[in-house]
Amino acid sequence: MNEEKRSVGAAVRKVDSMQLLTGQPVYVDDLPEPHGCLVVKLLRSPHANAMIEEIDASAAMQIPGVVAVFTYKDVPAERYTEAGQTYPETSPHDRLILDRHLRHVGDPVALIAAENEDAAEAALDAVKVKYTVLPAVLDFHTAMDNETLVHPEDDWHALCPFTGGDPKRNICASGVEGEGDVEKVLSECDIVLEHPFHIKAVNQVPMETFRTMCDFDSNGRLHITSSTQIVFHVRRIVAHALGIPKTSIVVEKPRIGGGFGAKQTAVSEVYPAFVSWMTKRPSKLVFTRKESLEAGSPRHEMELTVRLGAMRDGTIRAIDMNVLSNAGAYGEHSWAIAGLTAHKSIPLYTSGLEAFGFKFNVVYTNRQSSGAYRGFGATQGMFAVESTVNELADKLGMDPLEIRLKNSVKEGAMMPAYYHETATSCNLDGCLEKCAEQFGWKEKFPVRVMPDGKIRAAGMAMTMQGSCISGIDVGSATVRLDDGGSYCLMIGAADMGTGCDTILSQILSDCMECPLENITISGANTDRSPYDSGSYASSTTFVTGKAVTMAAEELIEKMKALASKILGIPAEQLVFEKNAVYTQDHTKCITAAELADASMNGNEIPMEVTRSHTNPTSPPPFMAGMVEIELDPETGSVKILNYNAVVDCGTVINPALARIQAEGGIVQGIGMALTEDINYDAKGNLSENSLMKYRIPTRLETGRLHVDFAPSYEAMGPFGAKSIGEIVINTPAPALAHAIYRATGKWFRSLPITPERIVMEKGD
Amino acid sequence: MEIKFLLNKKPVSLEAEPSMPLIDLLRSLGMKSVKCGCENTVCGLCTVLLDEVPVLSCSVPAARADGHSVMTLEGLKAEAEEFVGFIADQGADQCGFCNPGYVMNTIALLRENPDPTDEEIREYLAGNLCRCSGYEGQVRGIRNYLNAKKEGRL
Ligand code: FES
Ligand code: FES
Repeated sequence: MNEEKRSVGAAVRKVDSMQLLTGQPVYVDDLPEPHGCLVVKLLRSPHANAMIEEIDASAAMQIPGVVAVFTYKDVPAERYTEAGQTYPETSPHDRLILDRHLRHVGDPVALIAAENEDAAEAALDAVKVKYTVLPAVLDFHTAMDNETLVHPEDDWHALCPFTGGDPKRNICASGVEGEGDVEKVLSECDIVLEHPFHIKAVNQVPMETFRTMCDFDSNGRLHITSSTQIVFHVRRIVAHALGIPKTSIVVEKPRIGGGFGAKQTAVSEVYPAFVSWMTKRPSKLVFTRKESLEAGSPRHEMELTVRLGAMRDGTIRAIDMNVLSNAGAYGEHSWAIAGLTAHKSIPLYTSGLEAFGFKFNVVYTNRQSSGAYRGFGATQGMFAVESTVNELADKLGMDPLEIRLKNSVKEGAMMPAYYHETATSCNLDGCLEKCAEQFGWKEKFPVRVMPDGKIRAAGMAMTMQGSCISGIDVGSATVRLDDGGSYCLMIGAADMGTGCDTILSQILSDCMECPLENITISGANTDRSPYDSGSYASSTTFVTGKAVTMAAEELIEKMKALASKILGIPAEQLVFEKNAVYTQDHTKCITAAELADASMNGNEIPMEVTRSHTNPTSPPPFMAGMVEIELDPETGSVKILNYNAVVDCGTVINPALARIQAEGGIVQGIGMALTEDINYDAKGNLSENSLMKYRIPTRLETGRLHVDFAPSYEAMGPFGAKSIGEIVINTPAPALAHAIYRATGKWFRSLPITPERIVMEKGD
Repeated sequence: MEIKFLLNKKPVSLEAEPSMPLIDLLRSLGMKSVKCGCENTVCGLCTVLLDEVPVLSCSVPAARADGHSVMTLEGLKAEAEEFVGFIADQGADQCGFCNPGYVMNTIALLRENPDPTDEEIREYLAGNLCRCSGYEGQVRGIRNYLNAKKEGRL
């Protein structure tokens, strides 16, 4: 088709942009409330580890407007997980809706339903609870084999035994992998670097906190409207938790105010669902910011010890990684996330790698449960490996760019540490070279002391991610020819602001060779949408996008069949072009609009196709990031001057949206590296429980961002595309630690690197 | 107390707790563009204009509106539509949850200073947090709008 008319590759506006920019009521809490909607609030544990001895709700029930108070005595006894993963989940079934055993500050004690806010608030104070406070496991280094058990109960169970959990040792999950004789290769290396790295349980902070509204549809089914990335998983999780049939639940999502993985866990859904099911009344739960910070689903705190062996010429021959990860009180996503630390970092250095080792233990502690956060373990792994490689370059007196180009994975290489998958499309070197050129690496890498004493320095990192969970994620699309020759695209993937509704519409518009305006898209609803695992693992463009192209191809065949009936010409002799069916000589034509009319008139060929897709592999996107900082040695303040990034996400479907993904991810990564801190006091209270204390970057702290692309072509992706959603958060932490080392001579191997630490500490 | 004020130029009068945060009052009156991101003056999502001045409605008691004029994005849609398309062209609307707050503040900025530099835009909007966009696309959008206006391309 006409190149200028193509949607793929064009920076078209998001289909919902004007609604969002003019403040239309499109989020959970903006939607009209059903009549008599109850306010749901959670009474939360003030203790990190405690048993409820007595709980008395009678006074609370006397408060006018209080409708119900539920305690552990009222909920089903079957344990479940809130992790949004394909069943059987790799996360252990280790929680109850309400439990007598409270495992972290913020763990729900009682569930309150009232006619209004004030009554619900008053009830929170009126529920009388007597606790037996138990010793708590707060430091994850001490968790394994601690005499205090986070999950002493006997009904803890793992659906996937290979995840290696042992709650009687406070182990949530564990694993060992490797290939080649790491110890032998390390012993042959000229230089071996070994350090522990520490990353805290940083929070995604979607600007919209967790929230869910429940209602009943006209058939009496529980209708859940939630800010979620995973409608189908939510249906299953709620059915398990409540012990009710899946057929009695429908889940949908309206617009979502950001997710970043936080909403890949059903953090808020189960509570109002239970209230509505029990009271037979609509209900709504909106988390406060404090609740979202104290009882959300943040990144897993980890300590990663990397051993990296190399030769004097810079050849990296072996990498060994030992990971201790902190699940917190419950095990959502713990096994999967721990795995990605190595799977997504070690393969970057496939070129000369002869052996790798990987061992992980995820332990339970009495802190809030961790979950999925953009990057999903890769972010932690990348900080450790990329920092180590930067140190290696420094020790060998090599340019960190050269050492990367020497060892980086090349297209066609098989990556043993990446499930033995082949890098079917890879332009990592192109990313590095283009980034170095645009950034001015040669000029900026040398440390420069400015006349005012401030120091300018640069740092770099490279990274990869996946494009789905290989052979597991399912993406589906239903495409229907609609009246007037337009197409309705129905998907179960969740646009959380990333723009996947637009990207998938662009893909369909190119398949049908019609203007984007001819596509309408209908978002995730478990009754109406074809099955989709959900929007996570960077999979939507790659997996669901491919399902769109497959559905479109099949619909075209059906349209040809209908045209063949009308024209009396065999379908094989017809071609589809520009949203119409033609004879090969182009003398006869039936437009999609005419076919739509015909399809509604004495027709039995369905003008609707559903296709599901899964990909056996997960082709990685690649990226390079370089940062220039100005560091004030007096105050330790770090000012970012420039951040350059070049991404290989395969074909760029929408350059504007891809660029924003990259810019947004880089800024989140900057926050994790420099300002976002997490500290617990001796009783297990989180200090950073408001946005005043938990400091995400403002627009004055980001420096100038420059994002570009160096695309490869991934034949398995739609129009050659791979993913971009997660990879973008990975480079800032190692690149900034590198630049700070260059400016100060101190390696910081734990985050965040605050001005106080830069001035006061010697480095890690 | 009885609170009487102009909401998007229309007179409203109602009974409300004087200490109720203005954001709650406005949302209860259907002004759903006003968003809450932090509850304590950090994020800027709840920005509205009180007598033309941008304020954080999460920390202004409803009583302060009595006898005054409050504008929300619902009442300024036309003024916003002049420039927000340029932000959409950058894809910087993203999840959109922070959009009403910084669009309100941008309206206030452009009324005060019709030709700001990029640095002035960043300074003025510094209190408007966004977790999705990385901020730069928002500034590019506003910049493109200002350029288009100067070049008579609107
Ligand atoms: S909600 Fe008012 S500033 Fe955040
Ligand atoms: S667009 Fe999501 S917070 Fe700004």
